[in-house]
Amino acid sequence: MEIIKLDHITKQYDDGFVALKDINLELESGKFYSLLGPSGSGKTTILRIIAGFTEASAGKVYFDGQDITNLDASKRHINTVFQNYALFPHLNVYENVAFALKLRRRPESEIREKVKDALHTVRLDGYANREISELSGGQQQRVAIARAIINEPKVLLLDECLSALDKRLRKEMQFELRAIQKKLGITFIFVTHDQEEALAMSDEIFVLNDGEIQQSGSPVDIYDEPVNDFVARFIGDSNILSGRMIRDFAVEFAGKDFECADAGITPGEKVEVVLRPEDLDITAPAAGKLMVTVQSQLFMGDHFKIKAIGQDGFEWLIHSTNGVQIGQEVGIFFDPEDIHVMRLGETEEEFDARLETYEGED
Amino acid sequence: MKKNRLLFLLPYLLWIGLFVIAPLVLILGYSLTDAHSHLTLQNFAAFFSGGTFLRMMANSFWYALLITFFCLLVSYPAALALTRLKNQQFWLMLIILPTWINLLLKAYAFIGIFSRSGMVNQFLGLFGIGPVGIMFTDFAFIFVATYIEIPFMVMPIYNSLKEIDPALLSASSDLGASFWQTFRYVIWPLSWPGVESGIQAIFIPSLSLFMLTRLIGGNRVITLGTAVEEYFLTTMNWNMGATIGVILIALMLIVMLLTSRKQHKKEIEL
Repeated sequence: MEIIKLDHITKQYDDGFVALKDINLELESGKFYSLLGPSGSGKTTILRIIAGFTEASAGKVYFDGQDITNLDASKRHINTVFQNYALFPHLNVYENVAFALKLRRRPESEIREKVKDALHTVRLDGYANREISELSGGQQQRVAIARAIINEPKVLLLDECLSALDKRLRKEMQFELRAIQKKLGITFIFVTHDQEEALAMSDEIFVLNDGEIQQSGSPVDIYDEPVNDFVARFIGDSNILSGRMIRDFAVEFAGKDFECADAGITPGEKVEVVLRPEDLDITAPAAGKLMVTVQSQLFMGDHFKIKAIGQDGFEWLIHSTNGVQIGQEVGIFFDPEDIHVMRLGETEEEFDARLETYEGED
Repeated sequence: MKKNRLLFLLPYLLWIGLFVIAPLVLILGYSLTDAHSHLTLQNFAAFFSGGTFLRMMANSFWYALLITFFCLLVSYPAALALTRLKNQQFWLMLIILPTWINLLLKAYAFIGIFSRSGMVNQFLGLFGIGPVGIMFTDFAFIFVATYIEIPFMVMPIYNSLKEIDPALLSASSDLGASFWQTFRYVIWPLSWPGVESGIQAIFIPSLSLFMLTRLIGGNRVITLGTAVEEYFLTTMNWNMGATIGVILIALMLIVMLLTSRKQHKKEIEL
């Protein structure tokens, strides 16, 4: 069921800066969505327009089928977890969480019951009488979530709300956010610039750049089939080489011809080829499809990050579970499916349409 | 190092000793003695037994309360509006500017404005009203005192409003609060420290205003401040003057304690 729809949303600020260019998106209820992009990509602006804090210059916002474009933020059944939590410093945990219910003048017994439930959901039982200043960042984060879910909104907006936490806590909260979303069964819209976060938690990701949606899809789709080099670079590490399509299922790059899994591109057309570093296997020089010379290597704990120079001077990034000798000549091997061919300037719709011509619905 | 630090402290210590501690001790000493330097509580007894002094005290309190109240009434909305303006520094400057002008000068300016042939009466004359006697009324006294104190109220309130994270206002509205609810539950409590220092900065000095009572109030308004002046300069009864001074200090302490009292929250059992 569709819960949020943005219809041709454009945002231009008074100083002429265009933050959003014709954004169209439809979100289903009960799913976890991420808006992913670098700073200035417009992701927070989209969130603010959905929440009602910012007015769109043009276009319409629909909630549950109803036009809420001009509805005040206080009247929308949408709640927000703010970037720095925005907890009320003069109120304690109980009063913060109870805030929305107190405004509605709900009976005291109901408020207590609901606050207790909300604090239980975020695993903060027994923290009701704490002051906000006594809490750690992770605990404040949970209070902010409890405060936002107390009204049982149909949509919860989360604005970069993990970015202030340290790495370990952030990973922990990713699991927890996902668990809370599953438990409540409501739509989460999560804004982040951290691709790992988006990949780990989302049902669907919208990748944004320069006020436009570059690509949307499941984390696996976006990772495996980036539509352009922006998405390929932004999501994960990648090797991007320029190449030329020879015919369907054959592409030329790094001075050689390779079998690939892409089709529907004019033979001879200039393309870009993406190879993910973890899809590359290091082999003996003779067994590899390409020869490279190892230049440097970083040990990351669970794998090595290896930089190697190809014969044409291209700098390859390879992830390997085994280390190599610096200066060593090695071969790299990859399967045809590991090669992802991108047409220059192809939009998401054109890409999807082309994919259908040779893959069919799957 | 330690020696150096003491050296730097010296001017401050001297200042405190000579101009804060010593006068306090002297006032306390005078209040506890009679004209022949005999230790006595006579002065305090006189203060609390005669109706005149108590009435004066009540008067001082009442006027200080009114002045503070009107100041707050004007200053809070002004400070709130100020935080939403574009050239805030410029507007702040306009508010602070009058404090650079000598108090006496401002008082005399108001005498001109409020007099029978002054600007206000000329204006009223256009509608066929007046001339009205504005000088030497309670209205004139409170108006001028409020005018003079407003900057000292606007500044602390403005500063505390400035410190409120705008995200808190978004959060409040996000949780369903109307503007007035946001004001009542978020803006007002968070700006309270500013209001508190504003009240202290105005109420306390207002208790002992004496120049304005004389120039604008025409001695019809008698406060403890006027009485102190009277005793020290006219009747030369320094002991009684000092007693009133001590009582003023005590009143100020009480006001400070009352306004800065911390609220205790009741624990909630879930």
